[in-house]
Amino acid sequence: MLASLVGFLGDFDLAEEAAQDAFAAAAERWPRDGTPANPGAWLVTTARNRAIDRIRRDRTLAAKTRLLETTEAVEDEMDETSFRDERLELIFTCCHPALALDAQIALTLRALGGLSTDEIGRAFLVPGETMKRRLSRAKRKIRDAGIPFAVPPEHLLPERLAAVLAVVYLIFNEGYGGRGELTAEAMRLGDALAELMPDEPEVHGLQALMLLVDARRDARFENGELILLADQDSSRWDAAEIARGGEALDRALALHGRGVYVIQAAIASLHTEDPRDWAQIAALYGELLRLTGSSVVELNLGIAVAEADGTEAGLAIVDRLDLDGFQYFHSTRADLLRRLGRVHEAHGEYERALELAHTEAERHFLERRLAEVSG
Amino acid sequence: MKYLLLIHSGPDVWARYESLGEEGQKQLLGEYFALEDEPGVLGSNQLHPADTATTVRVEDGQTLTTDGPFIEMKEALGGYYLYEADDLDAAIALAARIPAARMGGAIEVRPVVEHGR
Repeated sequence: MLASLVGFLGDFDLAEEAAQDAFAAAAERWPRDGTPANPGAWLVTTARNRAIDRIRRDRTLAAKTRLLETTEAVEDEMDETSFRDERLELIFTCCHPALALDAQIALTLRALGGLSTDEIGRAFLVPGETMKRRLSRAKRKIRDAGIPFAVPPEHLLPERLAAVLAVVYLIFNEGYGGRGELTAEAMRLGDALAELMPDEPEVHGLQALMLLVDARRDARFENGELILLADQDSSRWDAAEIARGGEALDRALALHGRGVYVIQAAIASLHTEDPRDWAQIAALYGELLRLTGSSVVELNLGIAVAEADGTEAGLAIVDRLDLDGFQYFHSTRADLLRRLGRVHEAHGEYERALELAHTEAERHFLERRLAEVSG
Repeated sequence: MKYLLLIHSGPDVWARYESLGEEGQKQLLGEYFALEDEPGVLGSNQLHPADTATTVRVEDGQTLTTDGPFIEMKEALGGYYLYEADDLDAAIALAARIPAARMGGAIEVRPVVEHGR
């Protein structure tokens, strides 16, 4: 409902106030007059009428006068029995490139996820007041700079959709370390996008990726210890999510998807198989590398090649990467060197990785490995 | 909505412009003028270089003038377009067509406050 009000009014705060007014009116009227046949439409119509009244009383801003002209035109076509689902317009507005990335994330969580400013603040370890200011600034910019409330036109859609998917995936990753409410929110957004844009393969790709990764959440730790993907107890994986993830991936592939999220989802799907098809995984990382040019992707390629073609081949790839200071680069090099029996060098790399580790579980894991190559 | 498209173009943009030769420069200017004729463009001007600027401030009733632009930036203001558009995306689309944008400069898109006078 908020989505259609924001679309109608072009102003977040006004939309929120109008929505509250409508709910208050419903709480008062419905017990007395009975619940209307279409409660949703009643609420939206009431909210719009309240907002129009408010605007008429407030004559100072020219921008609102312009809004009045729009509202008068639209009043004629207002259909009492239905209102458009404008969540898609809302999410593209929230993720508009003219807004700072942290504002995009906060707005998406607030407007689509319905999280309170305090909840969002807690999720990103930012004081509630700061988050409130960040949201206000973003809403003001949307209003004052005229950020359109629309699904972008064809020629802009690919890059804008990529931005939306990136925000959703960022939210998912923020929650992956343990803030389950964020991953759940990201996955809900993923579901909504899949429903609203069913013909976009990358949308299904992202949905698949999040499901397949989230499915492993209960197997990643055991007694506070980090368990590597290869060593995880697959019976602790969420079978339902793996199934749903597989279906989403199938949809993406049926739509000829071959973008970054589809590929990552395909890799995640291959990881659920036993034994693993490392050659296929390596091939997919190769494709992902061609699309992104990312050194981190190349690191993952090295790991896969080590499994498929031997540790030497994998190390050759990892060695030429410029990722000094990246924890997983050092832990990967350490592991490959250890497997080749080059314990002295492995020792050095494990120490470096330990310096950079930022969770207890990771530290324990690296300390154990360090002990193994020290004996 | 009205937007002011401020063209920030420093010495890099000028250098690229100069390297174009006479034909190239004429063509580029043609692009700038063509944009002026776009429907919705209300006005535009090229400005003289930043070192011709004078900055004016008033403190305690005294008018203080200093030589030069307000900010000693390399990316000084080279010109502007005043554009009436439906929304920010339309303004961004026009900004992207301004030659300076692809020659190392930057276009600042600022909404104009409309006082209904």
